[in-house]
Amino acid sequence: MSNILEAHDIVKQYATHRALDGVSVSVPKGTIFGLLGPNGAGKTSLIRIINQITAPDEGYVLLGGERLHPKHISHIGYLPEERGLYKKMKVGEQLLYLAQLKGLSEREAMEKLKIWFKKFDIKTWWAKNVEDLSKGMQQKVQFVATVMHEPKLIILDEPFSGFDPINANLIKDEILELRDKGSTIIFSTHRMESVEELCDHIALIHKSKVILNGSKKAVKDQFKDNSFEVSYRGELGDLPSDFEVVSTKDEGEGISQANVRIVSDASVNQLVGHLISQVELVSFRENIPSFNEIFIKAVGGEIPEEALNL
Amino acid sequence: MKNIFLVLKREYLVRVRKKSFIIMTILTPLLIAAFYGIMVWAAIGSFQNDRKTIQVIDKSGLFKTKFKNDDNTVFEFKDEPLADAQKKLKGQEQKLLVMIPADILEKPSGLQIYSDKSVSPLVKSRIERNVQQEIRNIKLTKAGITQQVIEDANQDVDAQTFNLDEEGKSQSSSTTAAYIAGYAAAFLLYIFILIYGAGVMQGVMEEKSNRIIEVVISSVKPYHLMLGKILGVAAVGLTQFLLWAVLTFGITTATQTLFGFNRFTAAQEVVNKQTAQADPELKKEMEKQQSGMVKKVNDSIEGLKSLPLTQILLCFVFYFLGGYLLYSALYAAIGASVENQQEAGQFMFPIMMPIIAAIFFAQLSINQPDGALAFWTSMIPFTSPIVMMARIPFGVPAWEIALSMVLLVLGFMGTTWLAARIYRVGILMYGKKVNYKELSKWIFYKG
Repeated sequence: MSNILEAHDIVKQYATHRALDGVSVSVPKGTIFGLLGPNGAGKTSLIRIINQITAPDEGYVLLGGERLHPKHISHIGYLPEERGLYKKMKVGEQLLYLAQLKGLSEREAMEKLKIWFKKFDIKTWWAKNVEDLSKGMQQKVQFVATVMHEPKLIILDEPFSGFDPINANLIKDEILELRDKGSTIIFSTHRMESVEELCDHIALIHKSKVILNGSKKAVKDQFKDNSFEVSYRGELGDLPSDFEVVSTKDEGEGISQANVRIVSDASVNQLVGHLISQVELVSFRENIPSFNEIFIKAVGGEIPEEALNL
Repeated sequence: MKNIFLVLKREYLVRVRKKSFIIMTILTPLLIAAFYGIMVWAAIGSFQNDRKTIQVIDKSGLFKTKFKNDDNTVFEFKDEPLADAQKKLKGQEQKLLVMIPADILEKPSGLQIYSDKSVSPLVKSRIERNVQQEIRNIKLTKAGITQQVIEDANQDVDAQTFNLDEEGKSQSSSTTAAYIAGYAAAFLLYIFILIYGAGVMQGVMEEKSNRIIEVVISSVKPYHLMLGKILGVAAVGLTQFLLWAVLTFGITTATQTLFGFNRFTAAQEVVNKQTAQADPELKKEMEKQQSGMVKKVNDSIEGLKSLPLTQILLCFVFYFLGGYLLYSALYAAIGASVENQQEAGQFMFPIMMPIIAAIFFAQLSINQPDGALAFWTSMIPFTSPIVMMARIPFGVPAWEIALSMVLLVLGFMGTTWLAARIYRVGILMYGKKVNYKELSKWIFYKG
C-alpha cells in the first residue's frame, strides 16, 4: 500500500514554543487516518503545514510522492475546526466561488454542485443567504465545499461537532463512501468512539511529538496486556504462576467473571486448559483496549517505551 | 493570478450589490444636483424678492446724484419730513429709509437708517461706503483736487494671471478656478482614501471573525487574498467615482435645461422690463452691470478651460489608486491583526494621522503651490496624493509629478509588503491581544 502523504521530521517553531518537534507520519492511500491528540498538541499546526497555510521550519512533506507544491492545493479538501462562511452571500454563489478557488472552472463547479445539492436534498438553499441557515445546515454546506472538487486527500477537523445524530450519520456515510471511491481522509477528532468506528490508521500527537502511529490493529496490539475476560460457572481455584487473576466478580445466577492475565510466554490454549479443568466456561474473550483507554494511557504518560515510533 | 482575480471579482460583486452602495451612488449626485438647484433657485430668488428700494432723505443736498442703482437696489430721493416717511415705511419689507443729516460733513456719525425689519449688514455697509466715499470726494475737492484726479485715482484693480507655456506664449490662467479645482480634488481624494481604506479593513475583519478565513487561506495565498480584496475595493471606488461623475453631469444638465437657465433668464427679463419702465437711465446702468457679470461668467469658464483638465483627471485616478493602495494595505494589516472594532481603534489613529495631516498640508499648499512645504509634502508618499492633487491645477513641473509618482509607487509597494507580512500571521491569530511590539515581531516571522 503506497502512502499518499508522508511528513518527514517536521519542526515548527513559534516564538515561545515548539508546536511540532520532529513529527513524521505516513498516511496510506485509501484509508481513514485518525490524527489524534489532546488540545494544543500540534495537530492544527501539522494540518496547516499540509495545507500550505504555513511552512515547516525543518522537514518536508510529500504528497503522492512529490514535495508539496502550490498545485497540490486543488488535491486537498480541508474542513477546519473553526469554520465559517460569508454570511451575506448566497449559498450557491459561495460554493461556486470556493470551488473556483480550488481550481474548478465555473461550469465544472456547477455540475459538481448540482450532484451534491441533489444528494443532500438541499436544492432550495441555492439562493438563500448563509445567515438564514441553521448551524447544522451551514455545516452541510461547508462539507460540500470541502469535498466538491473531489480531492485526493480530505482533511476533516472535528467534522461532527454541531451535527445532530441524523446528520452526523449522513456525513459519516459520506466519509466512508469517499474512502471507498479512493479518497484518503485525515480525520482529526477528540471523539474516540468515531475513531473506533471509522479509522483504519491513527497517529497520536502529544506535546509536539508523535507518540503513537500505525494501523488500528497494530496500535491496539501494542496496548494489549495479554489479559482475558472469562465467564464461568463453578469455583475458580489457584492457577499456575504463569497466570494472574487480576479480578473476579459475581455476575449473579451462578455465573462469575474473572480477568486473567498471562504473565509468562504461556499460550492461550494452556490457559483455557487450566480453566476448563476447574470450571465450566460460559465465555472467553481477549481484552482489547478501546481507543479511549489507549488515548488516556498514552497521553497520561503510561506508555510502553517500545511503543514509541512504531 | 487567477485567484487574485477571483477574489477581486467576489469582492467587487458583493460590494456593488449592497444596498448601501446603490443608495450612496444614486443619492450623492442627487444631493449635488439638489445643492446646485438650491443655488440657482437662490440666485433667481435674489432677483425676484431681494430687490430693495432705498428711500433717501438728503438734508445736506450733497448726494442727489451720487447713489447708483444696481440689480438689487433702487434709490428714491424723498423730500418729505422724516416722521411722514417713517410712517409710510410700516409694513414695507422691501424698503429702507436713509436719513442724511445736513451736517454730515462735520458729523459723519449722524447717518441714520430705518427699516421695518432689521437692516442686513451688507446693505448697511454699502450705504456707509457710498456716503463715506462721497464725503471724501467732497473734502478732496475742497482741498483743491479736481474731480478728474479723484476719478483717475479710483481705479479698480483686477489682476489677470497668465501661465507661460513651453513656447513662452502666455496663457490666461485662473487662480480661482485652480484653487477650487485643487481643493475639490484633494478633498475628494481624502474622503475616498478614508472611506475605502476603512472598507478594506472591515472586509478583512469580517473574514477573520466569520472564520471563513481558514478555508479560503487553504486555497489562496494570504498575499493574493489581500491583494484581490484591495483591488476589488479599488474597483468599487472607481466605479462609484465614475457613476457619480456621469450621474452628476447628467442630472445637473437635465435640471439646468428643465428649470435652471429658463427660469434664470425669465426672471432676468422680468427685472429688466420693470426697470426699463421705471427709468430708462437705470436700464442703461443695469445693462452695463449685466455685461460685467457675463464677462465674469465667461472669465470663469475660460478659467476652467485654462486648467489642464485631462491632466487633472488622469492624475486623480493615479493618485487615488496610489494613495488608496498605500493606505488600504495598512488598513488590511490592521483588520487582520484585531478581532473587533474596539481593538482596531488604537491602530487606526496612527494611520489616519498622516491622511488628516495631508489634507491640512493641502490647504496650506493651495495658498503657496510652489513653496517648500508644498514640494516636500507632495513627494512623501504618505501625503503626496492629497497634496499633489491640490497643486496640480496650478501647474506643477513634469519632473516633480514624475518623481512624486515614482516615490508613491515605491511607497505602496513598501506598505503592501509590510502589510502582507503582518496580514498572513494576523488572520490566523485568535485570542491574543496585539500590540506594536507583537506586530513588529510578525514582520520577521518566517514562512
